[in-house]
Amino acid sequence: MANKSVWSDNRFWQRTAAWVTGFASILLIWLTFDTSAQISMGNDADLKNGVTKRVPGPTVINYKISYEISTKRGHEVPYIGGNDGKGGSLFKEKEKFFGRDDYSEKEAGDLLHLGKLGSQAKNCMDCHTLMGNGAYYAPDLTKAWLDPAWGPEGSMQAVTGKSTKEEAMAEFLQHPELYPTHARMMPNLGITAQEAKGLVAFLKHLSSIDTNGFPRNFGKIQGALNGK
Amino acid sequence: MANNYLKSESKQLATWYFTFAAIIFGAQLVFGLVAAIQFVMPSFLYQILDFSIARILHINALVVWMVFAMFGSVYWLLPDETEIETVGIKVGKLLFWVFAAAIVVVVLVFLFIQVGPADQTTIWFITEGREYIEAPRWADIGIVIVALGFVANLFLTGIKGKQTGIVTVLMADMIAFAGLYLAGMFFTDNISVDQYWWWWVIHLWVEATWEVFVGAIAAYGLIKMLGAHRQVVEMWLWIEVSMLFGSGILGMGHHYFWIGTPEYWWEIGALFSALEPLPLVAMFVHVLYDWGKTQGAQEAHGEKVSVIKNKPAFTWFVLNAFGNFLGAGVWGFFHTLPQINLYTHGTQFTAAHGHLAFFGAYATILIGMFYLAVQGKNGIKVMKSTKLSIWSTSMITGGVMGMTVALTIAGYVQVIVERAQMGATWSGYFDSQSGVWFTQAMDWRLLMGVITFLGFILLATDLLRTGKSAIHER
Repeated sequence: MANKSVWSDNRFWQRTAAWVTGFASILLIWLTFDTSAQISMGNDADLKNGVTKRVPGPTVINYKISYEISTKRGHEVPYIGGNDGKGGSLFKEKEKFFGRDDYSEKEAGDLLHLGKLGSQAKNCMDCHTLMGNGAYYAPDLTKAWLDPAWGPEGSMQAVTGKSTKEEAMAEFLQHPELYPTHARMMPNLGITAQEAKGLVAFLKHLSSIDTNGFPRNFGKIQGALNGK
Repeated sequence: MANNYLKSESKQLATWYFTFAAIIFGAQLVFGLVAAIQFVMPSFLYQILDFSIARILHINALVVWMVFAMFGSVYWLLPDETEIETVGIKVGKLLFWVFAAAIVVVVLVFLFIQVGPADQTTIWFITEGREYIEAPRWADIGIVIVALGFVANLFLTGIKGKQTGIVTVLMADMIAFAGLYLAGMFFTDNISVDQYWWWWVIHLWVEATWEVFVGAIAAYGLIKMLGAHRQVVEMWLWIEVSMLFGSGILGMGHHYFWIGTPEYWWEIGALFSALEPLPLVAMFVHVLYDWGKTQGAQEAHGEKVSVIKNKPAFTWFVLNAFGNFLGAGVWGFFHTLPQINLYTHGTQFTAAHGHLAFFGAYATILIGMFYLAVQGKNGIKVMKSTKLSIWSTSMITGGVMGMTVALTIAGYVQVIVERAQMGATWSGYFDSQSGVWFTQAMDWRLLMGVITFLGFILLATDLLRTGKSAIHER
């Protein structure tokens, strides 16, 4: 009889399992170090010095944010403070947020902190998706800040009786039951005025994160809100 | 005790875990129905039990009943595998009550308090607001303590008793399972970092450690129910572990396409997650192969009777082999490549995959374990299917399959109308949700959900009754 084949040897497969698992785990840990460095949050100095971060610092709320095709990368990317025409952000053009465009690192950081906590305390992700993760009962909020519905051409500013995007969003968040946009209505979650401000800052910051072109074609065709 | 057949305290504890799991399973379906009704009638329980709360309870009940049934399965098989009584069973029993009580408190808080102010007290005592692991921080810590106690029981028993391949795999797997939960227990303002680590819990549980757990349970079940050859079964198990961890660990990259993480995850995620169905094919082949082999060997001896010692459990194990491949493998592969996922990510497509995968990969085999426990508890030699077990199996499987097809169609509408055509805006989203194909799909999903729920009632009835039935061989 021939020698027993290694392919039917349990110890061989046991060792294979250990090596494969170990190798995959080490690769994952190594990639985690690289990714962690790339997704660490930037700061105010980065924005002032024109350093592009995948996750910009909280003071990004002082800047105008847009989401346009980058010819270099072949998909949409967030542009902060304008488009330099070469696939990068200009970091120049400011935009008032609740009447100011000079939030300090501390002030903007506190607002973002409040908003992120609020997004969890109100279970946002159990109806909405953020960066596509969450529940599918309500719209994705990844680029909600840039949604035409909230802009000057959309209807939400008129509906809420506010003259800026951030005020309209904050008003909606505090009293969603008063402004239905569909038979499926957002419930009143007891969001205070300050929490709403934090949540809007969180959403504005969220829209500035480089999500590799997700969602695709955002707002390319501007449907009329309530136009059904 | 009422039953005389369970000599082992470990097996008695297992039946507690299974009973609690079955109750939570029922709760999962009830809250799923509430959420399904809300898709059809949005005013249903508006501002009383909103979709978000129904959905939290639906998915958390899912995780909790499965974890309970998994713990129960380990306590059930340990005495058989190690040939000794589980070490530290008194602590195990105490931890069961701690765990169950904590779950009840968390559920009551979710139901009646629901949300809190935007501060750390909410995170600690009401909700963490992170999908699947919404349980507040105090409960997280409790879960870690309970899980460590369970792992300690498993390790001490495994070291003291006979250490089979199945026990070795479970020991390695369960320590990873408990350890990974820690990755989901911190707060950060950076949502990309938040989601990066959140997936370490969700993905590495569901697509790695849980799958390996299923491999180990399937191996145990094949030996128990068919008398399959241990050496062959355990060799398959090691091959499955290699394939599952080899593809599943880096397959996590398919969750890192769009959350702010670098582009290289496109390639890594696409490659390794595309390999993830392969071990599921292997598991499917393996179950059918062992069945055919042992049956054939017996018939070669001139005995024409079935080798299956527990028909209903084996039915669920075969459904597991097929459902795992179909739900996790095929439905997962549909949208795992970044070029497709760009449009399908965050649509009902994911929900379709989630329903069939959790059912096919986990619910099936754990229900099979329930039946093994009923058999053991009642001292049955050969357990037969009853009318109820056949009806419940057919209704649950048909219902989940129907929900999956309906959600897949809803997903297509969303992908095409909202994502491709309208570009994922608020109005694009609601345009897709208002389309007639979408609303019809949601009607069908609700109907199929009701069928699933009725099937569950029959299942629960059968589990309670079949042990006393006279049709089994004792």
